[in-house]
Amino acid sequence: MSHHDSHGMNLVLHVWRQKGPNEPGKMEQYEAKNVSPDQSFLEMLDEVNEQLIKAGQDPIVFDHDCREGICGMCSQVINGVPHGGQERTTVCQLHMRNFKDGDTIYIEPWRAKAFPIIKDLVVDRTALDKISQAGGYTSCHTGGVADGNAILVPKPSADYAMDAAECIGCGACVAACPNGSAMLYTSAKVAQLAELPQGKAEAAERVCDMLDALQENGFGNCSNHYECQAACPKGISVKFIARLNREYQKALFK
Amino acid sequence: MILDGKCPKGPIQTSWDRHRFDLKLVNPANKRKYKIIMVGTGLAGGAGAASLGELGYNVEAFCYQDSARRAHSIAAQGGINAAKNYPNDGDSIYRLFYDTIKGGDFRAREADVWRLAQVSNNIIDQCVAQGVPFARDYAGYLDNRSFGGAQVSRTFYARGQTGQQLLLGAYSALSRQVKAGTVKMFPRCEMLDLIVVDGEAKGITVRDLITGEIRAHVADAVVLATGGYVNVFYLSTNAMGCSVTASWKAHKKGAFFANPCYTQIHPTCIPQSGDHQSKLTLMSESLRNDGRCWAPKKAGDNRHPNDIPEEERDYYLERKYPSFGNLAPRDIASRAAKEQCDEGRGVGPGGRGVNLDFSAAIKRVGEHTIRERYGNLFEMYEKITDENAYKQPMRMYPAPHYSMGGLWVDYNCESNIPGLFVLGEANFSVHGANRLGASALMQGLADGYFVIPYTIANYLAKTKPGAVKVDHPECKKSIEDVTNNQKKFLSINGKKTVSEFHRELGKIMWENVGMARSEESLKEALKKIPVLREEFWKNVKVTGSGAELNQQLENAGRVADFLEFGELMTKDALHRNESCGGHFRTEHQMPDGEAKRDDENYCYVGAWEFKGVGNEPELHKEPLTFDNVHLAVRSYK
Repeated sequence: MSHHDSHGMNLVLHVWRQKGPNEPGKMEQYEAKNVSPDQSFLEMLDEVNEQLIKAGQDPIVFDHDCREGICGMCSQVINGVPHGGQERTTVCQLHMRNFKDGDTIYIEPWRAKAFPIIKDLVVDRTALDKISQAGGYTSCHTGGVADGNAILVPKPSADYAMDAAECIGCGACVAACPNGSAMLYTSAKVAQLAELPQGKAEAAERVCDMLDALQENGFGNCSNHYECQAACPKGISVKFIARLNREYQKALFK
Repeated sequence: MILDGKCPKGPIQTSWDRHRFDLKLVNPANKRKYKIIMVGTGLAGGAGAASLGELGYNVEAFCYQDSARRAHSIAAQGGINAAKNYPNDGDSIYRLFYDTIKGGDFRAREADVWRLAQVSNNIIDQCVAQGVPFARDYAGYLDNRSFGGAQVSRTFYARGQTGQQLLLGAYSALSRQVKAGTVKMFPRCEMLDLIVVDGEAKGITVRDLITGEIRAHVADAVVLATGGYVNVFYLSTNAMGCSVTASWKAHKKGAFFANPCYTQIHPTCIPQSGDHQSKLTLMSESLRNDGRCWAPKKAGDNRHPNDIPEEERDYYLERKYPSFGNLAPRDIASRAAKEQCDEGRGVGPGGRGVNLDFSAAIKRVGEHTIRERYGNLFEMYEKITDENAYKQPMRMYPAPHYSMGGLWVDYNCESNIPGLFVLGEANFSVHGANRLGASALMQGLADGYFVIPYTIANYLAKTKPGAVKVDHPECKKSIEDVTNNQKKFLSINGKKTVSEFHRELGKIMWENVGMARSEESLKEALKKIPVLREEFWKNVKVTGSGAELNQQLENAGRVADFLEFGELMTKDALHRNESCGGHFRTEHQMPDGEAKRDDENYCYVGAWEFKGVGNEPELHKEPLTFDNVHLAVRSYK
């Protein structure tokens, strides 16, 4: 268990390094020494970076912010799996007690056509924002809306919508998908808003516009691999993709 | 100088409504002539940018992350307050107003707090309309729970992820405006200076964090919604990129900084596990609806908590504050937790922790109910500590979390620099010396949806649009100053990393300007901070160049600003010879250990004016009067 181990672990890291979007990249090898099991993965990388800086070398850049699994910034493929493969765990929540002394760890950025690499492990995910901008909202204006209790929302619907709304927009689903599709991301928002009464008025336009944006921004299509659900650190279910497909069918007949 | 918040006079119940009529309007057809800069896209910034865009203004919104949805508002867990009184348990706009004034230990402006309580109801409606999936009861109605400092259940929530859902609601509204063309988003851009022309805020200088380009953006008004400054402690619940930089740069251009010593230490956070710690994780106050705080009665008792029988447990919050129990406000609960540990009765490594125990609640309502209410929080706890809180208590310790202090603003959320507006945690106004739980979300959205759209018009109506262009001498000077500063960081080539300096500063601040401050500890900090700052400018090592993604360079700027800000915060704490809310001076306490205010001498907002690095800042006061809530000893017993 945690915090009682006093001897640190020594690990070998292979990390993708790339100076810029148009530069070639490659895996470089590093050592992480004296790592505590209670350290988080990113804290382990921080320490590696401190040593690199002191040696006058370029530290590894990676996206991160909240370090508590909610903002969706952190995005590393660890040993071939986005976020490392621990169930319902983001990179920043991954702790070193899940590794052993002497382990080798491969660290890469999200790899997808829609996510060009900026530098090292940092990628450009603005394509996901483009999908949201296409229709991931209800067109209500600020002010002048009904009282919160005016329209009842059955508890199962509220819970379903909340399950879908847990998506943190990290893009692991895209990175895991052999087609580089953003269907899980898109379907989570479509399902949330299609389920709630407030989203029903625009449900048809929403699903069509968001799917158009998905296609226009370099994402692939869904061919039911389910890799997305397996990689998702929030446990978003492919049932939302099924819901999106149903909403899309309904929209086609409108 | 005596400051005037320009609050409306007369009966408080109609103050905001009357004020809105008095505010100037901008004709609908004229709105598109105006450009507004929004810095920060959290609850206040995202909601503000979206609402201003909907009205027809041209908005440029900036954030340092890769998307507007990453703002740290996303991490808020427990809920948002509103005075709906759906539970029929005695709530009202007046009671929310009263609880917030009292919770702030009588150090906030009444009029601002009234407005906050009034628009709180509109916020819930707006979020529901956006499709925010608030928790509902079985009949389909919105559900409520309790939060600290209140004896009514007025908090609306979405599992333990309310901040996330509210922010995604604002982000969805913002996304709609981006598509509509009224808002232009500039992600991965950090504001590094405020541009002031003829005494008015007319733009910002930003660094593009990908290319390193330094450029100016001009506008007719600038709105800062850039959050709080508790990363000055290094270890806090903030995100890694959160900083005081935007506020601090505005301050150095003349914006007064109010009450910087009012920092909130949250009582229930996961304790530090080692020196490698990079941040502390919050465990929502909402957990204390069902969790009970306790420490062993015997000092040094290191039995497993489940082996300590009831009669050997001290449920200290229930003992000390019977009326509020585990939901005593944060400043009080934090000091009480620290007291247990200082007396040798702490739990966990180093004895820096208390227990938050759910066993009684689990017995009462069943594990599945607890899981439903807080599921994700228990999961988060287990990932970090590898302990199952359904089977043994959570170990908690106070951690820096929120800043009540911030840039001074008047009732229109306008700084003393005309044209500069400040919203959300970045401003000082509504929370006084202590913020109640579930109020930050409320304030961010209140300011963004329902205040700034009205108050900014009042300024714009008397402003000629497009007056300042990017080639203005002030813009050029600002770009030059920022560029030189960046070059300086890269040229020092010392021996210590930015991170090492940040940790050292954090230690000085936590030990001397933390939960219990004394004249001695504060003077100690004032000795150490300038020394550390001087060393920073001689010995910091930042590798790489400015013309690329360079995270060290980004952090160097933020830490440099903390090294200046920390000194102001300490000076503010030293000058305020009383205890109030989150500012606790050990020399000023009641016999029972509670905060001892000095209303005769300190019932004012302390707003500081920058006079140069290393020079004494000048203090301006805004006296506070309480016409609607009787100034009283703040007791939660």
